[in-house]
Amino acid sequence: MISVVTRVKQKQIAQLIEEGKRLDGRDLTDYRQMKIEQGIIERAEGSARVLLGKTEVVVGVKIEMGKPFPDTPNEGVLTVNAELTPIASPAFEPGPPGEESIELARIVDRGIRESKCIDTSKLVIEPGKQVFVVFVDIYALNHDGNLIDASALAAVSALLNTKMSNYEIKEGEVKIKPGYEQLPMKKHPITVTTAKIGNKLVVDPNLEEEEVMDARISFAFDDDNNICAIQKGGSGYFEPQQVIEAAKIAQTKAKELRKKLNW
Amino acid sequence: MNDKPEKLIDKKGLRLDGRKPEELRPVKLEVGVIPNADGSAYVEHGKNKILAAVYGPREVHPKHLSLQDRAVLKCRYHMAPFSVQERKSPAPSRREVELSKVIKESLEPAVFLEYYPRTMVDVFVEVLQADGGTRCASITAAALALADSGIPMRDLVVACAAGKVDDTIVLDLMDTEDKLGAADVPVALMPNLNAITLLQMDGILTHEEFESAVNLALEGCRKIYTMQKEALKTKYVSVSEENKEEAEE
Amino acid sequence: MPILLEKRQLVTPGDLIAEGEYIAGENTFSEKGKIYAARVGIVEYETKKIDVVALKAFYVPRTGDIIIGTIIEVGFNGWTVDINSPYIALLRASDVLSRPFKPQKDDLPQVLDAGDLVVAKVVSYDRTHDPQLTVAEPGLGKITRGQIIKITPTKIPRVIGRKGSMISMIKQETGCNIILGLNGVVLITGKTLEDEELATRAILKIEQESHTSGLTDRVTQMLKEEKAKEEENKK
Repeated sequence: MISVVTRVKQKQIAQLIEEGKRLDGRDLTDYRQMKIEQGIIERAEGSARVLLGKTEVVVGVKIEMGKPFPDTPNEGVLTVNAELTPIASPAFEPGPPGEESIELARIVDRGIRESKCIDTSKLVIEPGKQVFVVFVDIYALNHDGNLIDASALAAVSALLNTKMSNYEIKEGEVKIKPGYEQLPMKKHPITVTTAKIGNKLVVDPNLEEEEVMDARISFAFDDDNNICAIQKGGSGYFEPQQVIEAAKIAQTKAKELRKKLNW
Repeated sequence: MNDKPEKLIDKKGLRLDGRKPEELRPVKLEVGVIPNADGSAYVEHGKNKILAAVYGPREVHPKHLSLQDRAVLKCRYHMAPFSVQERKSPAPSRREVELSKVIKESLEPAVFLEYYPRTMVDVFVEVLQADGGTRCASITAAALALADSGIPMRDLVVACAAGKVDDTIVLDLMDTEDKLGAADVPVALMPNLNAITLLQMDGILTHEEFESAVNLALEGCRKIYTMQKEALKTKYVSVSEENKEEAEE
Repeated sequence: MPILLEKRQLVTPGDLIAEGEYIAGENTFSEKGKIYAARVGIVEYETKKIDVVALKAFYVPRTGDIIIGTIIEVGFNGWTVDINSPYIALLRASDVLSRPFKPQKDDLPQVLDAGDLVVAKVVSYDRTHDPQLTVAEPGLGKITRGQIIKITPTKIPRVIGRKGSMISMIKQETGCNIILGLNGVVLITGKTLEDEELATRAILKIEQESHTSGLTDRVTQMLKEEKAKEEENKK
């Protein structure tokens, strides 16, 4: 059972957007009300909860020890996973991750990885043999549109909240010492998603707008306003000028957010 | 194991495989290669070897996926275990799942799915050999296979990537360039409608570099598009030529 | 306002054919006053209407079409039929029996079983329902002998030829009875296997070369040559 936006409402949404307005009163480039809380899951090494309008995402970070990838023996490992839990929407079914959740995880992963957000060179215990593996698990709890931006925000917020135990190597074994260290981070990527509805571009689409949109495009930016990830999604298309315009809008919004979050 | 080259572009401005920055790898396209399929195509793009087959429109299985007002397009992108340097497990990886989704979304706008409600069109892509840019070559092959199957389309879809390597914006990255370069931007285009149906990036680019990369990728797309049209027409042109010769004898 | 391409020019999906006050015919679509090809095929036009004769297309049922189908399954009160289309057709028991179906008395597999061939007519089809068939008309019903070949449905008109000239010629040269299903399925019934095979080859040749000119002459020539060879071999 999937919620269907009635044709009447679809027309209403599209018409308003043509006129530069949205059903919930926002401007075309406005984000919904945003709330971020950190440290909500004590068992996790780091955690955060993001509310973006009614969309809710929780991210937990766990750190374990593991082997590095063979071609990067001097770097720790990052793994991002996403669950679109059935709790979050009548459209999500239980079971192994489907294409939507895999895409979501990989988009968030790309933003973090390509921006060199985590200083993975500082996560090495024994080069080539043992490193720290950072598990970022994204949990969607309520889907009201734009899970991408909410998840990306929650992921970086959770990483910022992540503490690692101090350790020392005694007789070839890792021993935990008292005290903690913040996860070494270099950058704080921000992802901005824009939807195309009719011929207009709309930032932070809510669920109804997502059901009406032709396509969406997400841009991730690092602290220097470079683009570090892009993903177009949806069964529609963008004209080349629209892509460039969306990139400009996204960059502006990312700068605004960065200032607001103090990242 | 492998020596990593220090520079990807040499003093003469040539890339590791001798190409100039704006040069495409050689492309070979063939249509109608799998007799059992409703449509099919084989693409060689550089060292990439990719096969695409289309089955449908046909009955939807399982039935609950059927749509009342249009056909469902499904896509499976899969890499053969022997397609890459280190054997890849045949089980679908997360990357293959994501690529299956974005490739499907790059093809959907081109097909008149609304003409065939309650049916399903299956697109299968198998990468037999990979050398960077497989998702683009897959889209090019899949669009040819769809056209070959006789399903009505608004336009063909063609794809090509551009990126940044050693501070230079280059067209059509091969595997080494993709792995060691600064950014890779695959783009899919419906050329007659000037519509971008796939766009991704990993790496780091300034806004200006991004704009250059997209424009270069679109140029690459248009070059390959000409070849796609030729490939579709070739099957039929050769028969006319034969008959002309017979008549002249 | 121009038609941009010549007649019989080969086009691919998305090719712009014409701009202005024209009607989008078969295998074309119009957008913002321009007419584009929707399939690979050959441009044809009569005054205002622009068509693309598709080189390959599959069959979508139309009410009134005569088709040849294969029974897939004997169902609850009728049969499902493969009509070489994305849609599976239904044939009601009551239609075949020409009276209401009595489950206790009537043994459907005896009448028509999976694998049987039928010549039928499409009585109804729309976007929300699968096509329904009937065999309750003269000339329709179960096929008991002959060869079946499948060709792409868009070529059937070429096999028929102008005013039936092509198909009459094939029937004459091979002595076969030929039923052409609009769904691309053709039934050939001849006196000998050789005759049926000859007719098959002629029809397949038409399918391959339908977009070329002088086809009727070439097919006639091929048939005459083959018949001559047969006569030679008999001696």
